[in-house]
Parts: sequence; structure tokens; C-alpha cells
Amino acid sequence: MHSFGYRANALLTFAVTILALMCAMASICDNLNHPTPTSQVQVLNINWFQKQPNGNDEVSMTMNISADLQSLFTWNTKQVFVFLAAEYGTPKNSLNQISLWDGIIPTKEHAKFWIHTSNKYRFIDQGSNLRGKEFNFTLHWHVMPKTGKMFADKIVMSGYRLPQEYR
Amino acid sequence: MNDYDFIHGPKLAKQGVLLRVHFKMDWQGQKLAEQLMQILLLVFAVVGFLAGYITGSFQMMVLTYAGGVVLTTLVTVPNWPFFNRNPLKWLDPSEAEKHPKPQPQQPVSSKKKASKK
Repeated sequence: MHSFGYRANALLTFAVTILALMCAMASICDNLNHPTPTSQVQVLNINWFQKQPNGNDEVSMTMNISADLQSLFTWNTKQVFVFLAAEYGTPKNSLNQISLWDGIIPTKEHAKFWIHTSNKYRFIDQGSNLRGKEFNFTLHWHVMPKTGKMFADKIVMSGYRLPQEYR
Repeated sequence: MNDYDFIHGPKLAKQGVLLRVHFKMDWQGQKLAEQLMQILLLVFAVVGFLAGYITGSFQMMVLTYAGGVVLTTLVTVPNWPFFNRNPLKWLDPSEAEKHPKPQPQQPVSSKKKASKK
């Protein structure tokens, strides 16, 4: 502590150590937040439903996705990544997850939204199992914090069924 | 620079008092500077964290703490005169010559002084 350099060095080291502790505390505080998000998906139309020449089924649909994810946001949240997946089981794969739409929510103000869209990514099965198939829509999200641990969770919405015939 | 001052304290005292006042911190001053630094930083960390948490703004926390670090730097890093209220009292060189040190111990004592720095 006898010279300018020693004191500057000690101060900087201590200051940065404390800053790291503050960031850790901020991350720990996120565990106190118990979010209650909601979401709904309506299938408005099956645009087309066909078997590709290679034998895989493909569907195109128009959906209305609405969600309220505002409760996911805390003071330590940078953004939330959210994606909607269709999930179903087949004899070959016990769980198929197909991402149909995704988005990045930058602020709490944008976290209550609805969107009218056809599937952004192609809904193709590995095989020909989609006729009359019952499936779930699952809204997955990843909460990206400014510092610390990333949280991920999902809402499962069940009770959807694809048509019996190609169209 | 400061090491040099400590070792050659008596000479400097003769050369000019100004140098001693402006470029040095005494033992108590160094202790005070260290304690002030730690206490101020901890206080600003707590204040910044609470401010950020209450306003719900991470930026608020960082800015409050950054302001605190700058203030702490200004208070504790420069050689302020109030860190030199208990200056070391060196023997005057003429006084020291009247009481010569015992010869065998001289190298040991000078080493000790150097290592204290």
C-alpha cells in the first residue's frame, strides 16, 4: 500500500472480485422468480399434406400462436429465445420433435404476443406416419440472462390431430 | 520512487520537506487507505445491488458501482496529505553519527529495513 501502483492494483483487483460476486448474486436472485407463462396454438388451416417422392410425409399448416411470457423476465434477463415444436411418437422413434417456428423476444414489452403464420420450418416426418397422427404442440423457451445460469422450460399443448387423407 | 524515499528518509528531509509531504504515506496512512478502499467498495457494492434490484435495472447496478469505484480510486489512490499525519521521525544525520551502530549488526539491520518495504 506504500505506492501509487500498489494501491491502484489492490483497488482494481478487489473491485473486480466484488463485481463478480454481485453478478453471481444477481444470477442467484433469478431463482426467486416463479414464472407463470401461458400459450395457445390454433391450427387454422392445413395448406397441403402430401407424401414426398422419397416416401416421407410433409405437412404445411397455418397457425395462430399466442403466448404471454412476460413473467419470465427479471432484471437479469437479456432476452428469451422461444420455439414451437410439434412432438409425436412413431414406432421407429419414440419422440419426434420438429421445430415449426421460433423467435427471439428482446424485452418484456414484446413478451405478450400473437402471430398468425404458416410453419417457418418444414414439417417433414422420417417415414410415412403422419396420416391421422395425434401430436402435441410444445412451446419451448430459453431464458438468457445478463449474467449467470440460463433457464429452459416448456409448455405442452396436446390434443391436435392431422387429417386422415393427403390433400 | 517511494521506496527510495523511505530508505533515504533522512537525506530527503534535509533536501526539502515538500517532497516528503507530497509523495509519501506514513504507516498509519497506508493502513487507513487500505481499510477505506475495502469499506467504500463493499458499501458501494451493497448500495448498487439494492438500487439495481429495486429499480429492476441491471444497468443501474453496474453504473452505481462504477461510480463508487471511481470515487474510491480518487479517495484512496493518490497520496493525499491526510494519509501522512503521522510521519516517521528519522534521526538527524549529525545525531546518528554521535551514536554509531554496533558494527557486527549493521548488515543485519539494514537488510531488515529493506525487507520491510
